[in-house]
Amino acid sequence: MTANHLLRTMTEYGVLFQPNLDRRKALGRVWEGVALLAILLGIAVLLTLLVRVFLDGLPYLRPQLFTEFPSRFPDKAGLRSALQGSIWLMVLTALLSFPLGVGAGIYLEEFAPKNALTRFIEINVANLAGVPSIIYGLLGLGLFVRGLGLGRSLLAGVLTMTLVILPVIIVSTREALRAVPASIREAALALGASRWEMVRDHVLVYGIGGILTGMILALSRAIGETAPLITIGALTYIAFDLRGPLDIFTVLPIQIFNWVSMPQAAFQRLAAAGIIVLLVVLLSMNALAIWLRNRLQQRW
Amino acid sequence: MSGISTPLSLTRRRRTEERAVRAVLFFFALVSVLTTLGIIYVLLQETALFFREVSFAQFFLDTRWTPLFLSKRFGIWPLVNGTVLVAANAMLVALPLGLLAAIYMSECASERVRRVLKPFLEILAGIPTVVYGYFALTFITPILRSIFPQTQIFNAASAAIAMGFMILPTVASLSEDALYAVPRSVREAAYALGATRWEVATQIVVPAALSGIAAAFILAVSRAIGETMIVAIAAGQQPKLTLNPLESIETMTAYIVQVSLGDTPHQSLAYKTIFAVGMMLFLMTLGMNVASYLLTRRFREVYE
Repeated sequence: MTANHLLRTMTEYGVLFQPNLDRRKALGRVWEGVALLAILLGIAVLLTLLVRVFLDGLPYLRPQLFTEFPSRFPDKAGLRSALQGSIWLMVLTALLSFPLGVGAGIYLEEFAPKNALTRFIEINVANLAGVPSIIYGLLGLGLFVRGLGLGRSLLAGVLTMTLVILPVIIVSTREALRAVPASIREAALALGASRWEMVRDHVLVYGIGGILTGMILALSRAIGETAPLITIGALTYIAFDLRGPLDIFTVLPIQIFNWVSMPQAAFQRLAAAGIIVLLVVLLSMNALAIWLRNRLQQRW
Repeated sequence: MSGISTPLSLTRRRRTEERAVRAVLFFFALVSVLTTLGIIYVLLQETALFFREVSFAQFFLDTRWTPLFLSKRFGIWPLVNGTVLVAANAMLVALPLGLLAAIYMSECASERVRRVLKPFLEILAGIPTVVYGYFALTFITPILRSIFPQTQIFNAASAAIAMGFMILPTVASLSEDALYAVPRSVREAAYALGATRWEVATQIVVPAALSGIAAAFILAVSRAIGETMIVAIAAGQQPKLTLNPLESIETMTAYIVQVSLGDTPHQSLAYKTIFAVGMMLFLMTLGMNVASYLLTRRFREVYE
């Protein structure tokens, strides 16, 4: 058998088309293992972080944490004013950002003509979603704190935070509406509904699950945001109850930041306790969002 | 929906309502444009006031940034250096791990494995940045110091590692979207030519999705540059020109936080510096966001 002959036979049987196949498959398996490790590494960091925070903070997770104001003495310090600030901030931000964000989403998805202005608004929303949150803080500082003279008040914080999460709400609203099939709209219009009646009575009814899910996720971002509120000057040391939207305020993540920055180890542990509270709130909100999505979202 | 015209036979009341609602919703949509204009207006106005007192040459040619000291210097580069140093090191963590994660999720994992892994990555992405800052300072920094004893308590590396893991899910999820967009037929053609699954993933699908992956990477860099709390907690407050990640540095965002925490009078020069720094930050991220947007649009055009 000549070499040439062998080559021809091998070609006929397709052997040449699998050069080193075993080796290549093994190599592939190794790399796939490496890729899986990349994900597992991320998960390991997450679990380490959670366990670490939990162990650090547990000793300070006691009733005083919720009832006491911040203090120079770690044993007397609590989250009272920060909790009040966070709850107020979230409720008011939700009230303001829900109509604005959902309304804008509805307009862009259901009403907007396909023209240059609409495209401009869309690009603009996409870009705003990528603007660092601290820039919103500078906007709030120049516009609400100084410009409108609101000072370092809760209201200035609410307005700033509304602008931060608005792009997120607009995008998720549009996605929720896009999932409603065109046939629903056509049926409503065919029966003589106006555009708004179609949206109000039909599209929104089906889309509300997705819209609310996006809303909750946006609010869970708002509750963890720190930078824009520090920039508008939300104070860290507040030893009285919040009475209204024009009061100065602080929020959970700012209080945590303040405690982290203290040199004493006791304050670091207090910060960890604060982080546990923040994470519990966040995870419950995420669970609520998932529950809502499963319950209200229509499958087509 | 532009193919469907509104019925003409609406009563006057309904037509008025229709018009009113449409006008209100349009105004809501305009709020986003007003926000952008507001950002540009506020930044421009205060930055202009800043440059009335400090020359462009002082800002761009000086190599020291000490506006809060008695001998004031206004060279922006130390802050840019700190920002880029942290962002670059964070990318060393986030980009390879994120891309590998995306390839695994999109090309290798079974549906069941995906459903188990995905929520973990989503939680990782949802953890507030102040928590990552705590983790960097109290966990990563001590480890770094035990390996490299010369590491300073506040250092760029610790913040960068925490930031890398924070951004990893973003890179993974956006790259995964890009990989998904590559049509099945491209993969099958490669399989038919005898390629293995990993070869298909890395030599066919990844190159085909390259512009989408690049968009994801750029967006990740932009987020790293704008990230604030991790660096404010863990990276220090010493603006300097250095490439050593074990040293204490200061980023643009951390400087804004530093000034915001002090009680800075409205008219003072220190107050204006944060807007000048903010302007620099805004322009850098804007450029990257636009580049990412254009790239995403391009890869959509190819396959839709």
